[in-house]
Amino acid sequence: MHFTLNGTRVDVAAHPMTRLLDVLRDVCGLTGTKEGCGEGECGACTVLIDGAPVNACLVPFAHARLARVTTIEGLRGRHPLQHAFVEHGGAQCGICTPGMIMAAIALGNRPSIQQIRAGLAGNLCRCTGYAAIYRSIRAALPARQSGSRRRRSKRRGRLPPRGGQSR
Amino acid sequence: MLRDEGPLVPMAGCTDLYVALNFGTLTATRFVDLWGLKDLRGIERGPDAIRIGALTTYSDLLASPLVGKELPMLAAAAREVGGVQIQNRGTLGGNVANASPAGDTLPVLAATDTLVELRSASGTRKVPFGSFYSGYRQTIARPDELIVALEVPRVGGQQWFRKVGTRAAQAISKIVFAGVGGRRPRMAVGSVAPTVVRLPKTEAALADGASVADAQAIMLTEIAAIDDLRSTAEYRRRVAGNLLAQFLERTRRMKGAR
Repeated sequence: MHFTLNGTRVDVAAHPMTRLLDVLRDVCGLTGTKEGCGEGECGACTVLIDGAPVNACLVPFAHARLARVTTIEGLRGRHPLQHAFVEHGGAQCGICTPGMIMAAIALGNRPSIQQIRAGLAGNLCRCTGYAAIYRSIRAALPARQSGSRRRRSKRRGRLPPRGGQSR
Repeated sequence: MLRDEGPLVPMAGCTDLYVALNFGTLTATRFVDLWGLKDLRGIERGPDAIRIGALTTYSDLLASPLVGKELPMLAAAAREVGGVQIQNRGTLGGNVANASPAGDTLPVLAATDTLVELRSASGTRKVPFGSFYSGYRQTIARPDELIVALEVPRVGGQQWFRKVGTRAAQAISKIVFAGVGGRRPRMAVGSVAPTVVRLPKTEAALADGASVADAQAIMLTEIAAIDDLRSTAEYRRRVAGNLLAQFLERTRRMKGAR
């Protein structure tokens, strides 16, 4: 079945009812997307489908057909949000971090603190108490738009369909 | 297809379905995927009602100016149903079909006298929301019928919605309340009985001028709260009464302020 994974068109064989999470981790080898609760409560498995955050543990592979799927690996370790999470202590144990960052990407530019809280309400963190995460996002997002646009065009078509984290 | 070969489970946003599959409570092996059916998605204003396609997601509801203006309590329910990941996939039809007594949009549909549009190979019928559920997780829909739309009649009075859960988003409700204010208010509560419940006796008493305390006492005869892992019966009875009082206070004040 064809879909676009992190900017590259791929053809992956898996049962249509396989969870997208399992296809990404076990078939595509992209283990940056984490499984937390497996029931759509924690957001650790957040990826983007056509730009919108979803829980990959609740999406059948069938729904990825012809869609654009973006995982944390698609950011290639260079997204301003990734730098900000490192710099501002937004990550501790790290399990929630990929999902937090993928949900934060959908917040748009210069979100208010209320928009950040609402946009990340579906992502649980048991380490940071959230303040450091919100701080990281606020630090990263004002400068995001021009930076990510440039990076997106550089990235197009260059990411290998399989392989581990690019960092 | 739905009629021919035994249990075939309709699926769309899958936000409830995969929870059941992941935890082994759903053992079905045959599914029919509705997610791509564009005709079942969308919000239309009719002369007397708003027709919402069953596959309309919570995000679609939140993005709709029509829902924001005419059905703010449905927007409020969509906002609190879960995080943005759930809002992007979960559908209104799915919330109805899942038939959980805790479904966040269900008190809104109950309080507004919504019609459930069911379609099968042999035709279409519209069923009042109040008679759609026949018991805990049971509906009167036949196995060969699909929910295709929810038709919400135009709402006259002030709308009020409140969900009480462990946290604001992403938690299943301990209790969920929706009401339409007015001389004869219309109210429904979730998570306090095997199905979502309308409160016809309480509504009638209020129309006859009952006090808040009397209305709260009557309400307790119309609900059947239980202890479960999310809350206790005592807590639910107490909070249901408090929500009724808050609803009356807010909608009466809004009316008075006009």
